[in-house]
Order: sequence, then C-alpha cells, then structure tokens
Amino acid sequence: MKMKKIIIYSLFFFICNFSFAKEDSCFDCHNELEDNLKKPVEMMKNDIHYQFGISCSHCHGGNPLIFDESAMDKKYGFIGVPDKKEIVQLCSKCHSNPEYMKKYKPGIRVDQMELYKTSKHGILLEKGDKKVAVCSDCHSSHGVLPSNDPRSTIFPQKIPTTCGKCHGDKEYMKAYSIPTDQIEGFLESVHGEALMKKGDLSAPACNDCHGNHGSVPPNIENIAYVCRQCHSLAAELFLKSPHKPAFDKMGISECVGCHGYHRIEKPSDEMLNPQKGICSSCHEKGSKGFSIAEKIYSEINDLKNKIKEAELILNRVYKMGVEVSEAFLVLQNAKSSLTNARNLVHSFEIKRIEEAINEGLKNTEKAYNEGKKGEKEAIMRRKGFAFSLIFFIILILALFLRLKEEKFSKN
Amino acid sequence: MEKMNRRKFLELIIGGSFLGVIFSIFYPIVRFLFPPKLPETPQFQVNVGKVDDIPINSGKIFRLGTKPGIIVRKKDGSFVAFSAVCPHLGCIVQYRPDFEHIWCACHNAHFDLSGKVLSGPPPAPLEEFKVKIMGNEIYVVKE
Amino acid sequence: MKKLRNSIYKWLLERIPLKELIDFISKKGVPIHPYSYWYFFGGICLFLYITQVITGILLLLYYKPTMESAYESVHFIVAHVPFGWLIRSIHSWSANLLIGAIFIHMFSTYFLKAYRPPRELTWVTGVLLLFIFLAFGFSGYLLPWNELAFFATKVGTEIVGTLPIIGYPLKIFLRGGEEVSGATLTRFFGFHVAILPGITFIILGIHLLLIQIHGMSVPLGMDEKELKKEPFFPNFFIKELMVWLGITMILVSLSVFFPWPLGNKADPFAPAPPGIKPEWYFNFMFLTLKLMPSKIIFIEGEVFAVLVFFFAAFFWILVPFLDIWSAKEKRSGLFTWIGIVSLVYIISMTILAYILP
Repeated sequence: MKMKKIIIYSLFFFICNFSFAKEDSCFDCHNELEDNLKKPVEMMKNDIHYQFGISCSHCHGGNPLIFDESAMDKKYGFIGVPDKKEIVQLCSKCHSNPEYMKKYKPGIRVDQMELYKTSKHGILLEKGDKKVAVCSDCHSSHGVLPSNDPRSTIFPQKIPTTCGKCHGDKEYMKAYSIPTDQIEGFLESVHGEALMKKGDLSAPACNDCHGNHGSVPPNIENIAYVCRQCHSLAAELFLKSPHKPAFDKMGISECVGCHGYHRIEKPSDEMLNPQKGICSSCHEKGSKGFSIAEKIYSEINDLKNKIKEAELILNRVYKMGVEVSEAFLVLQNAKSSLTNARNLVHSFEIKRIEEAINEGLKNTEKAYNEGKKGEKEAIMRRKGFAFSLIFFIILILALFLRLKEEKFSKN
Repeated sequence: MEKMNRRKFLELIIGGSFLGVIFSIFYPIVRFLFPPKLPETPQFQVNVGKVDDIPINSGKIFRLGTKPGIIVRKKDGSFVAFSAVCPHLGCIVQYRPDFEHIWCACHNAHFDLSGKVLSGPPPAPLEEFKVKIMGNEIYVVKE
Repeated sequence: MKKLRNSIYKWLLERIPLKELIDFISKKGVPIHPYSYWYFFGGICLFLYITQVITGILLLLYYKPTMESAYESVHFIVAHVPFGWLIRSIHSWSANLLIGAIFIHMFSTYFLKAYRPPRELTWVTGVLLLFIFLAFGFSGYLLPWNELAFFATKVGTEIVGTLPIIGYPLKIFLRGGEEVSGATLTRFFGFHVAILPGITFIILGIHLLLIQIHGMSVPLGMDEKELKKEPFFPNFFIKELMVWLGITMILVSLSVFFPWPLGNKADPFAPAPPGIKPEWYFNFMFLTLKLMPSKIIFIEGEVFAVLVFFFAAFFWILVPFLDIWSAKEKRSGLFTWIGIVSLVYIISMTILAYILP
C-alpha cells in the first residue's frame, strides 16, 4: 500500500507538473482504477462540463489537489454518490443561477429547475418518491452532452430510449397507474418512423409534445396547441370548427380523439367511412353530422378513384409508346388538391372541402382526357401501321412473282 | 397473250403497291417537316404572366419545366421567384399575404422572401430563380 | 411518254458514258452457290445506313445540341412533332440493327475468306467502316442527354483514358474537357453529324467502288468461271428490294410496338444509377474489362485488356496480309479457328453481360 501510494503520488506529481492548468486528483486516481470506479472518468472525457473545466469536485465535493484518499473527506465537502434530491440541488446550484451560467453561455436557459418542479417527476420527488427521473437520469451523470450532439442521451433520436428506460419498463412502472406501451407505440407511429427510420430530426420525440423539464401529459383541452406547433393548418382549422367546443364539452381530447396519441398512424380516408370510421362513433345515422361525413367521404373517394383511373390510363398509354409526361404533371396538381382537401377536413366545412375537390377534379379530368387522346393516338399508330403493312406485303409478294417470271422466262 | 396479260397485271400490282409503299414512307416524312402549332415546352425560361395580373403582396404558382415554381410580388412592387417544392417533404408552398412571406401548409414551415428558412423543419432554403421583366411580361429563368 | 424518255436518254448519252454504265449493270452477275444468301448483308448495311442518314437529317431539323435543351428537344420530337415518335424510334432501332448487320457482314466475309486477293482493300475499308460505325453509335447515344447515355459516355471515355501515353490526351479530346459536360455533347454532335459522315462518304465510296470493280467473291475452292450467275438486274435487285422492304417492316414494327424510351434527363451531379452498362455492342469489351484481374505481370488488368483489344483491332485490319494460305487459295484452318474463337467470345460475352448482375 505504501509503495502504491509513493508510486501514484510521484507519478501524478510528475504528470501535474506537465499537465495543462487542471490539477485533478479525482480524475487522475480514478483513471487508474477499474470497472465502475473507472467508468465515470472515461465518460467525463466527453462531458461538456469537463470541457469547460468543471470537474468531479464541483458536484461530489472533496479536494482535487490532494493526491490520496484523504481528498475524499467530509471536511472538504465530499458527499460520495448523491441521492436523487441531492442531484437536483447540485445541478440547479449552477444551472438555476443566471449570473453564473451567463459566463459560459450568454443565452442559456436557467428555468429548468422551476419547470421541473411543475412536472410529474418533480411533484412526485417532492413527495419522497425515489423512482422518479431526476437530471442525471435523462442527461446521464458523467458524459453530459448538448442535445445536438448525436452521442448525447437527449439527442432527438436517442430520446425514446432515454424516456423508455423507465416508462417502457412494465416492472419498474408497476406502482404507477400509467401505461408502458408509449415507446412501442411511438416507434410504430408516423412520427417514430420519420425520426428513427428516415432520420428527419424535425419529427417530434417525447419532449416535443410533453415538454423537456416540465414534462406532464398535456391537458386534453390544449392538445391542439401542442400538435399545432407543426400541424398548424389542421390545428387552426380544427380550433375554428364546431368540433372544438363540442370536444371540450364532451371531454374528448382534441386531435387525440381521432388520431390517437403515441401510436399516431398515417391518417387514412377510411376514418371518414360512415360505416366503420370515426365520425359515426359520435354522429348517429340520419344526423346532420353523419350526412356531412358521408358526403365528405364519398367526394374524397370519388376524387381519389378518378385520380387512380387517370393514372391507369396514362400508364397504359405510356407503355404503348405515347409521350404523356405533361399529363402526369397535371395529375400531380390534382394529387396536391387531394392532399389539400384531406387537410381541410379538419374544418368540417363541406364548402371549403368541395372547393379543393373540384379543383382536383378539374385537373384529373384534364389528365384523363390527355390519356384518352393518347389512347386514340396509340390506336391510330397501329391502324396506320397495319394499313401500310398491307402495301408492303403485297409489294413483296408481287416482286416475288415477278422474280419467278423472270427465272421462268429465262428458262 | 395470256402471259402478256398476266405480266401486265403483275406490273400493275407492283406499280400500285409500290405507290402505296412510297406513300406510307413519304406521308410521315412530309408531316414531320411541318412543326406543330404549340411552341416547345419551355424548360428553363417561362412566361408566367403579365405584370398587371399579379397584385402587390401576392403570389402565384407556375410551372418551369417539370417542376412547380412560385412568383411573389413584394410590397415594394418588385418580383421574386423560387422553386415551390418545400425542401422538407416536397409539399407545394404558398404565399401568405398575412405573413408577407412564403409558408408551407404541411408542417408549418416559414420562408423569407430570399428563400431562407425562418422556422420549421426544412433543412435547406428554397431554390431561387431569376426574374426578368420585358415590357409588361414577366419571365422566370432557371440558371 | 416514250418519246420523252428517248429524248432524255439521247441528251444524257451525249454527256455521260450512259451506254457503258448500262452495259456494265446488265452484265453484272451474282454467283449462285450454297452461301449466296450472305451476299445480302452488304446491301442490308447500305440500306440501314441510308435510313440513318434520312431519319438523322429529319431529326436534325428539331434537335438542339446543348445540355440545356437536348433532352427537351428529343422529348418535343417524340411528344409533339407529327410522326416524330416514328422517325426517332426508327433512327434508334436502325442504329442497333445496322451495327448487328455490320458484324454479321464482317464475319460472313471473314469466314468465306472474301478478303483474298484482289479484295484486300475492300476488307480494310470494311473494317475501318466497322470502327467508324461503332463511333457513330457511341457518339449518337449521348445526344438525347439522358441518364443512361451520360453515364455510359462517362465510363466509356474513362476507359479510353486508361491507355498508356495517348490515353489522357485522347480522353480530353473526346470529352472536350476533364469531365463529360455540355462541351462533350457539342463535340459528339459534331462527330456524329459532320465528321463521321464525311469520313464515311469517302471510305464507303471506296468500298462500294472496289466491289463494283471486283464483283462478288466466291468461297474458297469454287471456281468463279464454273459457277452459274444470276443477273444483278432485275433478279438480284428484286430480291434485294424484297429484303429491304422486309427490313423496313421490321423497323416500323419495332417502332410501333417497342418504342425507344426517352429515359430521365441527365444530371451531372447525381451519382451513377447502379448497373450502368454501355450499349450491347460494346458489352463484350466492357465485361472483359470487368473480369480482368487487378494486375497481369506488371500491367493493370484493365489497361492490359484495352491494349489487347487495340492490338486485336490492328490485327483484324491486317488479316488479308497475314492469311498467306487463303492468299494462295489454300485452306486456312488457323484463320478459320481464330474467327470461330473471336465470334464465340463476342457472342458469349455479350450474352453473359446481360445474365450477370
């Protein structure tokens, strides 16, 4: 032991004389250890605090200038591994101090602690719950990185895993009365696919709807505002529609009532189906709402089918060799109108929807007519070909006979 | 005599079908020589309309080649034009006179009148086109 | 009517050796033997070339040879110009049939040893024509400026660049710069519609003249004087007309039922789509290059293959002078075998290029 002390002491004295500014015994000693005691050091190398010169003693206490175990003495403020409540105090010691934080990053937010206190996690922690998430559970304890760093636990594509660590664990969440299928559902949703499979970092992860530090399930009367951050047109239309007051009165979640929440699928026209769609779950058959839903469903399907028809004929004509790329472009416009009409469904105003549909029908008709023209052209070509073929064949036969004549007459 | 008649008949057939063949060959060639009524589809320069037809603080969608474009008349009366395809997921953008800038309805992207993204998910700005005014006609050119 | 014909005839007679010409044509005879059918292929090549010239000139009335407008002008021809689809598809199909016919014509004359004296120069001009028409095919293929064409040209000129010493300057010359660009298109257009046709006019002219002078060659072992001959006019001429009519029908059928595709406009900045292949008539060379090991002795595999083809081409031109056995009217087994190996190689590599992924 004594030998080890001497070696370590002299080794680090040697290193410290050549090290750049930081004299950190915590770092240097723990770096020589193994497994769990070495891990924090390895992770700190990538930690943003470490890059700013903030090290172990700033949170754990102790004296980084003493190169033996007496550095970890209570008289130096050493607290060992902090518990959950201690962690929150430690982090907010700096991160809620605007004067202190301004030095490192002028525009950085300092309200995380305030928000956290309003969150479900913060509320339960106050009550003494030791299972809830605190700062280090999401940000990691050593190896904290900003959210735009792909290695960070709070990088958008990593967030489902970070939240899922607890919220997806049935055993862990047994005591709480909330479901644990959110992550599963999210990963299968349109947002999950966009974020995780297509790499679209603008797609929402858990925090974009639930909030970062003040995370709480959104109130059902405010969900439209949450979705509105990206789906502004649909949300605006909805908020101005008669459904908003109706949903509020009935206690139905906005947006979520029809689209679900975590496992949000790509919306289909079948949602409007009078028989098996969503509208009929409230609007009884024979009611005004039901008949409007019916109309919207049939008109959207009508446009959709007409577009398909036009596409079929254009594809067929194209295969027959007629150039119809311009007609395909007109059809693209019709498809845009269909998308527009689907968006306008959120207004539930049949007139506006019909306007978009009629625009689409106009273009579809144009494209379809081009297809019909192309069909005629293809048939004309074949007819002309057959017609001229007759002359060719007759000529060849006649020449053949003439040849025979020639040979015969020679003989 | 019979042979002569057969000969003559055969020569008639040859002559007739030969004319048919010549016609089948020359008719398409002659038709080909005369250009169709519509001019070529403009791919890199297109006339999007008259100056008087686009009011101040409004936008209009046009087609350049195979892609849609948007021309905007700013409050000061000048024109700017861009590709109307949103760089996020390909929706067609529109001009919002209330915002006085370009907006995409799909995921609430906002673009300023130099094409740059003001807010929203698009990872890149809108491609800008050149606008040329000749008399009362507006032309948009893709460089 | 007859009076008019006679007076025109008399008028011409005073100015050009019409009598001698008519005499010559009426005396022209085509030998009859089991291999006579191969005689048609020369005429087929000529007919297809004439088709190319006519359809090419027609396309020239609408085609725009700049990278901004080339693709669009071809689209315009196919979509809007009356019968433009027909003229364009005939031009594309005829190009492929022409090169096929040239290979058949070349191999049939090779195996029948038609290059024996006094027809050595006919063979030499013929092989030169083969190379010229491959150049026609390569340059013409780029003109619609679509994706496939762009990348095929890129790969093709890249391979030319691997030749030692002359490779790099040749590549720059072909491309009109370091990369395939609008300059390449302009240049290839110049080759395709002016330079190559000009050279063809001279070389084809010599080739046809020599054929008129020497007449048809007969297979080894047969005596020309012993063989029966059919008169060129009207017998063989009628047959040739029937063949040409048949080919026209084939060309039109192909154009109506299998129109030549337009493809997508070339984008020089996009990465190459997978599986880029040159036109089928270059495939046997392309596949050979791909299958070469990375190094043979001290030379890079690809360069080695290119050099081999270079020397093979050189050898092929000189065949009449190297085949001393045929020259003496003796059986020439060695050259027959060389021919069989070459033919089998070309056919199997071409097929393989399509089977392999």
